[in-house]
Amino acid sequence: MQQTHSQVQRAVGDQSAEDLSRSFAFTTRLEDIVAWGRKNALWPLPYGTACCGIELMSVMGPRYDLARFGAEVVRFSPRQADLLLVAGTITEKMAPVLVRIYQQMLEPKYVVSMGACASSGGFYRAYHVLQGCDKVIPVDVYVPGCPPTPEAVLDGIMSLQRMISENHPRPWRDQWKAPAGMETV
Amino acid sequence: MSDILTEKIEIIKQDLGSINNIEFKRENGDEVILVKKDQIIPVLKVLKSKGHFDFLMDICGVDYPQREKRFEVVYHLFSSKDSGRLRLKTALGEGESIDTAIPVWKGADWFEREAYDMFGIQFKGHPNLRRILTHHQFVGHPLRKDYEADQQQHATHVMPIHFDNTKDEDGSVLNDKFVPINIGPSHPAMHGTLRVMAELDGETIVRAGVDIGFLHRCFEKMAETHPYNQVIPYTDRLNYCSAPMNNVGYCKTVERLLGVEIPAKAKALRIILCEISRVIDHIIAVGTGGVDLGALTSFFHLFTYREEAYTLFEKLCGARLTVSLTRVGGMAQDAPVGWYKDVLAFCKRMRAEIDEIDQLMIGNKIFRKRTEGVCPVSAQDAIDWGYTGPLLRASGVAVDLRKSQPYYGYDQLDFDIPIGTKGDIYDRYLVRIEEMRQSLRIIEQVAKNIPEGDYTIRDKNIVLPEKRDVYGNIEGLMNHFMLVIKGIRPPAGEIYDATEAANGELGFYLVSDGSANPYRLKVRPPCFAIYQSFPTVVKGALIADAVATVASMNVIAGELDR
Repeated sequence: MQQTHSQVQRAVGDQSAEDLSRSFAFTTRLEDIVAWGRKNALWPLPYGTACCGIELMSVMGPRYDLARFGAEVVRFSPRQADLLLVAGTITEKMAPVLVRIYQQMLEPKYVVSMGACASSGGFYRAYHVLQGCDKVIPVDVYVPGCPPTPEAVLDGIMSLQRMISENHPRPWRDQWKAPAGMETV
Repeated sequence: MSDILTEKIEIIKQDLGSINNIEFKRENGDEVILVKKDQIIPVLKVLKSKGHFDFLMDICGVDYPQREKRFEVVYHLFSSKDSGRLRLKTALGEGESIDTAIPVWKGADWFEREAYDMFGIQFKGHPNLRRILTHHQFVGHPLRKDYEADQQQHATHVMPIHFDNTKDEDGSVLNDKFVPINIGPSHPAMHGTLRVMAELDGETIVRAGVDIGFLHRCFEKMAETHPYNQVIPYTDRLNYCSAPMNNVGYCKTVERLLGVEIPAKAKALRIILCEISRVIDHIIAVGTGGVDLGALTSFFHLFTYREEAYTLFEKLCGARLTVSLTRVGGMAQDAPVGWYKDVLAFCKRMRAEIDEIDQLMIGNKIFRKRTEGVCPVSAQDAIDWGYTGPLLRASGVAVDLRKSQPYYGYDQLDFDIPIGTKGDIYDRYLVRIEEMRQSLRIIEQVAKNIPEGDYTIRDKNIVLPEKRDVYGNIEGLMNHFMLVIKGIRPPAGEIYDATEAANGELGFYLVSDGSANPYRLKVRPPCFAIYQSFPTVVKGALIADAVATVASMNVIAGELDR
């Protein structure tokens, strides 16, 4: 620590401001460094409703360990989360709850739809099953499988991280409006 | 068993002598009584008191639009004394009502509500005859044959906080002296799709209520619109924590209706799959139960071993969670070489792990203080509510279908049934942890002596030929084509069959009309009967104890809501 301090002092004393910046700083664009921060500090809200929720436990668990991707802090409160992981079938009865949870999350927020049911209703073409959670909320990444393997979920999260780091346009999210009858927060 | 039952039926017949128009018959080995609708309650009372049928396992409806009286209300009774089963059926026309069975069995409550929701059957005297599985804006009754399977209806909001009506109180009116609180669905303190509502005086629960159906994915309607073998993947997703057990329960029911006996090797494989499932189901129950009480370590610790079980499943068939390896008539394929050795090695490691978890949880002072003596359920109450499985045994009632109605050769195996004494949360975890040990004993005994022979029957009308025959010879090809086009067609008739799943009695009531799809498939999910007691059990307890109670009941939304 002592040594570092003296090195910095020497640098300030001997070199011009331009050289100084090269020795212990780097330049970038603000949006890039913000994106870098966001992608490596996702706080997921595990919206586990069914079988996929059990596989999501595996993703969080010791073998697959989502913490390796910076998404360690699982939060069950929408106010503290920025990644909504929809894991499992969304029924017609559940849809208003899902919309409400999404509305309560703060910007920036992302949605990963895990599994066939959340993405399209899966093999439940049935009277009480919403045919995909993208009918009510905007989805960024769809992970196929019934249920998807933990590797597939990790791949989905990594895809989302790429999207965030590239500042990928998200028209589905920008144009999103709450479904009729569910507008109020 | 059936001799005792026949004797008993004779006694009941004499007792019911004064009641007219009762018909006794035997169908596919099940005893059935047909009753007129006005006599159902007196008959149920006699059966409970004189016939010693202490359990009401299930009430469900069946729709026959062609009949003059369109609905049939079906009651399934079980006797823990002699393991006898009895089915009562009564016909009901549209617009007619039938007396509620709640005065005879408390556990009739939710089953009747479900029959109302699905068929519109009116139960006279039921205090809370409102929708239970579908949302409150739903119009119509989806399990009627004239309701299209894919006709969706959207909901715009959830019901505000409400409670069950009682004799003195209207459930929709809140008492402004108390604090209303809503927990779930998707709440930090609640499991996934469950919703608990309560009125609090300080931290004490004055009134509690639950709202279910947030994962109602129409299993029974899907079963009616798919051929017999295509229903198997749907059964996986009932209790998804122990998926193979549901496959086995369903296939066993269909096989009994078909009248086929599966080979010894298939039975052995099914037992191993079931018992591994029981272990990993209890891992989730104990692990997440710990998480709810603030003990995160045990969850991570236990999940390492759940992953090992997944690896075993992956080696067996390629899938981790939803295995679907069972077929009507046996298994889809044989176990790979060396698999049983892996199973035995898993058992050895798991046994040491269970001892560690035992110390970590049961030996933990905080855990004991949070669970010992909390929200106990007496044996009598447990029976009345229709508890089965570990929760019933925790209350001190030693009923386990593996012992009392042995199937697949469980009677040849050496294992014990652990029971509790008080029925509190602590006892439930003790029972579960001991059951894991007993399951390992079973697996070891079976895996060491795998019978020789085929893994499936070879009936051309039931089982698809092997791929090498389909591609290799014309008989195989034709056989494959015919079975895929025609489907398995069990004879017209009906059957109820149950297995001991991780949460209790998993029953399937199957009605066949001789076609390729089931006419009606009713699942009797164990935690449905258990969870309906929740508002009563937690009344007067602390709100934190309610969270612990939900965890100890191990309510799995997939089988609760179906």
